[in-house]
Amino acid sequence: MEFLSYLISGLSLGSVYALIALGYTMVYGIAKMLNFAHGDVIMIGGYVSFIAMNSAGLPAGVAILLAVLVCTVLGVLIEGLAYKPLREATSLAVLITAIGVSYFLQNAAQLIWGANPVSYTPVITGTVSLAGGKLNISIVSIVTIIACIVIMICLQLFISKGKIGKAMRACSEDKGAAQLMGINVNRTISITFAIGSALAAIAGVLLCSAYPTLMPTTGSMPGIKAFTAAVFGGIGSVPGAFIGGLLLGIIESLTKAYISTQLANSIVFAVLIIVLLFRPVGILGKKISEKV
Amino acid sequence: MLTNKNSLRRKGAMPYIVVVAAFIVLSILSNGVLGRAHMALLVPTCCYIVAALALNLCVGVLGELSLGHAGFMSVGAFVGVITSESLSASIPNTGVRLFVAIIIGALFAALAGFLIGIPVLRLRGDYLAIVTLAFGEIIKDLITCLIVGVDENGLHIVFNATGTMGVEDLHMTEGGKTIIQGAQGAVGTQTISTFLAGFIMIIVVLFIIQNFINSRTGRAVMAIRDDRIAAEASGLNITKYKMIAFVLSAGIAGAAGVLYGLNYSSIVASKFNFNTSILILVFVVLGGLGNILGTIIATTILYVLPEMLRAFSDYRMLVYAIVLIVVMIATNNKKVRQFIGGLLVRKKKKNAEGGDAYWLISRIK
Amino acid sequence: MKKKLLSILLASAVAATTFVGCGSQTSGGTKEEGGSTAQTSEGDSETTEGTEGDSASAEGAFKIGAIGPLTGEAAIYGTAVVNGAQIAVDEINALGGDIQFELKGEDDVNDAETSVNAYNNLLDWGMQFLVGTTTSTPCVAVAAEAYADRVFMITPSGSSVAVVEGKDNVFQVCFTDPNQGKASADYIAENIPGEKIAVIYKNDDVYSQGIRDVFKEEADAKGLEVVYEGTFTTDTATDFSVQLTAAQAAGATLIFLPIYYQPASIILSQADSMGYEPTWFGVDGMDGILTMPGFDTSLAEGVMLLTPFSADAEDERTQNFVATYKEQYGDTPNQFAADAYDAVYTIYESIKASGVTPDMSTEEICEATIPVMTQITVDGLTSEGMTWDASGEVSKSPRAVVIKDGVYVTP
Repeated sequence: MEFLSYLISGLSLGSVYALIALGYTMVYGIAKMLNFAHGDVIMIGGYVSFIAMNSAGLPAGVAILLAVLVCTVLGVLIEGLAYKPLREATSLAVLITAIGVSYFLQNAAQLIWGANPVSYTPVITGTVSLAGGKLNISIVSIVTIIACIVIMICLQLFISKGKIGKAMRACSEDKGAAQLMGINVNRTISITFAIGSALAAIAGVLLCSAYPTLMPTTGSMPGIKAFTAAVFGGIGSVPGAFIGGLLLGIIESLTKAYISTQLANSIVFAVLIIVLLFRPVGILGKKISEKV
Repeated sequence: MLTNKNSLRRKGAMPYIVVVAAFIVLSILSNGVLGRAHMALLVPTCCYIVAALALNLCVGVLGELSLGHAGFMSVGAFVGVITSESLSASIPNTGVRLFVAIIIGALFAALAGFLIGIPVLRLRGDYLAIVTLAFGEIIKDLITCLIVGVDENGLHIVFNATGTMGVEDLHMTEGGKTIIQGAQGAVGTQTISTFLAGFIMIIVVLFIIQNFINSRTGRAVMAIRDDRIAAEASGLNITKYKMIAFVLSAGIAGAAGVLYGLNYSSIVASKFNFNTSILILVFVVLGGLGNILGTIIATTILYVLPEMLRAFSDYRMLVYAIVLIVVMIATNNKKVRQFIGGLLVRKKKKNAEGGDAYWLISRIK
Repeated sequence: MKKKLLSILLASAVAATTFVGCGSQTSGGTKEEGGSTAQTSEGDSETTEGTEGDSASAEGAFKIGAIGPLTGEAAIYGTAVVNGAQIAVDEINALGGDIQFELKGEDDVNDAETSVNAYNNLLDWGMQFLVGTTTSTPCVAVAAEAYADRVFMITPSGSSVAVVEGKDNVFQVCFTDPNQGKASADYIAENIPGEKIAVIYKNDDVYSQGIRDVFKEEADAKGLEVVYEGTFTTDTATDFSVQLTAAQAAGATLIFLPIYYQPASIILSQADSMGYEPTWFGVDGMDGILTMPGFDTSLAEGVMLLTPFSADAEDERTQNFVATYKEQYGDTPNQFAADAYDAVYTIYESIKASGVTPDMSTEEICEATIPVMTQITVDGLTSEGMTWDASGEVSKSPRAVVIKDGVYVTP
């Protein structure tokens, strides 16, 4: 019965990773860059919703909308100010810039809201008791899993059917050719960042509801793990990010339960290394041959 | 050709001159002029300079971003502490003991670099960076699980995976001494690092790195950095050269770690986390990738300044972050470069001669 | 070439902004400390101003340094220590006797390296007594330095045994971690027997590990049933669902949390969302949970903890202290503030007993006060009749409190 509990908390954790990973995988697939600051956008989303609920006293729904709005704007701003000038630069330069952005967000948050952790008031509370009280599942876990599935399906439809989605796929395949076909590549990349950041805001609210604490570094570890999940599932693939996130969450939860709480992060990272070595394209990724 | 070579040699001497001059000035000042707070910064500054030089070798010369160099420092620091503490009876002379600890610590860090290099160097770009980050975290977690003690029967090591073990699980004899207490790190270490040792280490590391860059191997490494495919086509063994540079870089970072670890009576593995790696990266990037003198100066200024101005510490990382972004955009965006270049035209004419060799080295791509 | 010029330009620009930034910081008087602690509470800047004022009036005052995290995650403790010490200093100075104090607080962000730097800064300032450091890990590092330099050191809250071990000039006002672990086990055995106990502790923290080690030992000796032990580290301090599930599965009815309040708040909240309601038993680090921003204090209802100080105590001295603290810093003082207050009074008593004078060097004062420390008895806020033995550990009795309707009450 504990095993089921661990599995469900792993699924819930994995769903959060999956939501974050969707942002990573879309940006990586289209802009070919690792947006290191993605995890910190989650943290900003958490703080915005926290302030909206606790200081401004707004209802949870409005707070979430506000967080989504702020994060979307923030994502587009970051892309336009920091990443756009580096479109032609080496990946090393872009990665260092992204780390810079990540540090900027963390430290700005620390100056604004202080380094002390705040206790996040969960948006959703309550427990479902099954099997005569032996199995207790918090409702926030269930909501997280459902939200993740719904968002994944919508996103998949959007990318495969919509006009903008098609533009995204075209940019991902070949930016030059897409440009020649009349697609505004810069705008498409901005839209990608907007969607990724909006998802990050939702992930932030869910993350903080499930693990009710919030500080400026809240987003960094889940961010890195979500990137791991994106690589695991195959970077650039939406269902891949979903599967990768869930698997990673389950691995982490079971490792903590049955092997060691201390080594949980290490084992997650070891999974990343093994995946990169033996199947660099991940579970659902496609192999891209290198052009000379 | 000849003048070019000479200018390179002359340029290569600059870092030595600066470091020696700084050492002489600081040594004179340390007789009363400098306060204790300043004196205490000397050794850590040396450590960070050496670590930054090591990372510079990896990022600037090899052209691969490592986000886990603090991990190598960590290996060096803890191996150094174990070596120094277990040899405290057999080598009473602290200078000799420090030397032995640095050598052993550097060797272990180099070994770690080699083991990590096998998988890591097969990858490229972002993937490589993220995997070094992963390894940095794994090293930290593994050291966090170590409990080490020494008694007359030798070293006792326990791996504390569940986290619930303690010193008593080492089963040491009565006179045993605990060196590393798991997650709480090394406590009660005899501090034997000195500023002189730090100075010598910088000089030696400078010598190693400059010779490496100008050697056949070093040129091969830079050729790989500039164009991997062309280098491979010319018959260079990519993996071998990359590995040499990576292991050297790891070893030097380990040596810096030993100096650091033996400068404090207590040290924890979580000190060498991702943030420390980034801090060193900031030193390297702001000093100019591949620029040795720049790295030394940037490290000194950026480490000492915030310690001197405590009120500023809140804004330190924020300013670093902004500068990191601005430097990257300014040096990598054609338009911005042209714009600033235009402003600098007059100045540039004055400084037109010299420095081109460095410019070559400091190129990223 | 262009790039090199550029990087030099940028580097100088950074340096320039640094200086400019600092110029504006310090221009409003020497408020460096206040500036760096602005985010913790308004009280900090008042502290520094108060200190400056005293230093002007007090000729030949003893210089006391205080070190603690004034910023960062543990800021609540360091701030409390500096504030508490300031109140004691003000009281003693107001007596107008021969013994006058001057206090200077330094921030160490709960980091050993920074703490040693702060310590060196204070020595440069002329510190003769050290009240600090506040948290255990930095305290061990600073204690080693203070021992080598012969500086009299009394820590309000650095509770690890390693702080005082083998150092004749280092004393503690708080219980050592082992004492706290032992007292907790004894209290549980005596007052709430028959519980199945789970322990969740932070094993990269000297404090948490130290308490747990002795708790376990004493629990075994007293025949308490420990059914589960879970650990976490700084990196894994955000999710406790696995530890809680395991504790629940093991049938634990009481969970002992020898940890600080931030992770404890997550544990309480997650247990609540799991519908798990054991008895909670904390230690002094739990102090602070009620003032945590956003924390629903109803979750902490019924949490028991051992602390030598509770602000609701009836005696006059505590009430005065609480009133002054509230007036000056707008906050209810916690145990750390009281410990620091007692530390300053301990220094006061040791000066009276040894007859040292402010013109003596730090080292002379240290050598003269060490022998009297084992002879004096100090009545403080945290305990009546505190005495010290040569090891530096204090002897006093713990008090258990329980959280009821958002405040501590004595059960």
